[in-house]
Amino acid sequence: MKYSYYPGCSLHSVHKGYDISCRSVLNCLGCELKELEDWNCCGATIYMSIKRTTSLAIATRNLAIAEKEGLDVVTPCSSCYTILNKAHKYVKNSEELLDKVNACLSEVGLEYNCTVRVRHPLDVLINDIGLEIVKLHLKKPLNGLKIANYYGCQIVRPDKGFDDRENPRSMENLFETIGAEEVYFPNKLRCCGGMLMTTYEDAALKLSEEILDSAEENGADCIATTCPLCQMNLEAYQQKINKKFGTNHHIPILFFTQILGVALGLKEEELGLEKNFYRCEKLDEIYKGSLVNESL
Amino acid sequence: MKIAEIQIPGMLSRKEADLRTAFLNSVHLIPGGDKIKACIQCGTCTGSCPLSYLMDITPRELVALFRAGDIDSIIKSRTIWVCASCYSCQTRCPQSIKVTDIIYTLKRMAMNRKVYPKKFPVHSLSDSFIKSMNAFGRLNEPRLMVYYFIKTGIWKGFSFLPLALRLMKKGRLELTAPKIKDINGFRKIIKKAQEFDMPLEIAARAYREEAVGYKAVG
Repeated sequence: MKYSYYPGCSLHSVHKGYDISCRSVLNCLGCELKELEDWNCCGATIYMSIKRTTSLAIATRNLAIAEKEGLDVVTPCSSCYTILNKAHKYVKNSEELLDKVNACLSEVGLEYNCTVRVRHPLDVLINDIGLEIVKLHLKKPLNGLKIANYYGCQIVRPDKGFDDRENPRSMENLFETIGAEEVYFPNKLRCCGGMLMTTYEDAALKLSEEILDSAEENGADCIATTCPLCQMNLEAYQQKINKKFGTNHHIPILFFTQILGVALGLKEEELGLEKNFYRCEKLDEIYKGSLVNESL
Repeated sequence: MKIAEIQIPGMLSRKEADLRTAFLNSVHLIPGGDKIKACIQCGTCTGSCPLSYLMDITPRELVALFRAGDIDSIIKSRTIWVCASCYSCQTRCPQSIKVTDIIYTLKRMAMNRKVYPKKFPVHSLSDSFIKSMNAFGRLNEPRLMVYYFIKTGIWKGFSFLPLALRLMKKGRLELTAPKIKDINGFRKIIKKAQEFDMPLEIAARAYREEAVGYKAVG
């Protein structure tokens, strides 16, 4: 299976761990990722909410380049996933917008014909690779690891994607396959505050605190997430949250690919685990443990 | 809208009529945007919103105000800036109203008219983001934050230094901005696209209300 890979800006800087682990895991499971040629920033929610045609034109530039390759685009960043999908939907839906966008793209000899599919690695894992194959590659079952599966907003909403919008089960099914346990986690789709962490910190800290609180109260060893911005808000602002609310949160926030990578027997540097602020002790124990499936 | 401006029930002030034209012309480009007229005022949007407790106008009231002919008040509210784009309202709306996308539209209208919120500078972050991205084609977080704090107050930036240091220790801070190869082409695309993003009330006159099927009075 071959895909165009669109890492997005944050995976090349603050969230290198996600980038590294995502590539390693998908390669390990037999996918070939080809980084999209000269991709540009998708514009994120911010650009989209301020300038419409411009934001659509720059997001579509990536899609037009991918269209030439003829492959599905895989992007791990939740925001990129939503924006690229949304841009595709907008121009597909409106000839007026498509004409405008193509008028912009023709400046550099590009054209978009609305044929690209934008996918999330979680979608690829569940629907293309399949849990059977993941099980075959399992080397270190995550027995006893309790995970709070945090989806955040952008990969399940606004449009129906690869999973249910009110109760997605992809991550739960994935982690169950590799031996981990899910905890009751009613906040799995609740907003972490997103970019408000920069502009309106009080509001975002409260939202993030509720998520951390819910995960810890239900006995999770770690929170698994699919979104770079959620990971940042929940992990890097934990100290600030503790200070503001007088709490004592200390919970590791891992990307779902990092947890999966440990189960697949990948090395620490292939998963960027050292880049996280908090170590998950139980996951470290499993990591140091022996392989069960030596034959692979 | 001043009471004195209202003469006949249902009659809109000139300013409100302009706002309405701009709004409707923008909304009809959202896939399914015209559903706004089907609102049943159930309040599911407000109930689903994790931030509605901080808003002066709740999402339900926002649609009600649009229907009552008072977009002016919505544009001046803090609601459109508090929204964190979590899409809960839009997902749960039983009438499939694109609430979040409509809030984006209103945000754009407020930005075009330079109506900004007090206390939390969302527009400064947006400007910084766009500036940083237009220059390089990709985003560089440290640069974004520097632009942002130049706009909003350098002293605020100091509170971010401990976090920046922690990130740096983990090798998670890229100080040099990445630049795409075809940056000139990228800028050409933006320059062309900006022609289409003129203030809505200027670009919109050609359309009027029929596309949305919602008649603007006045």
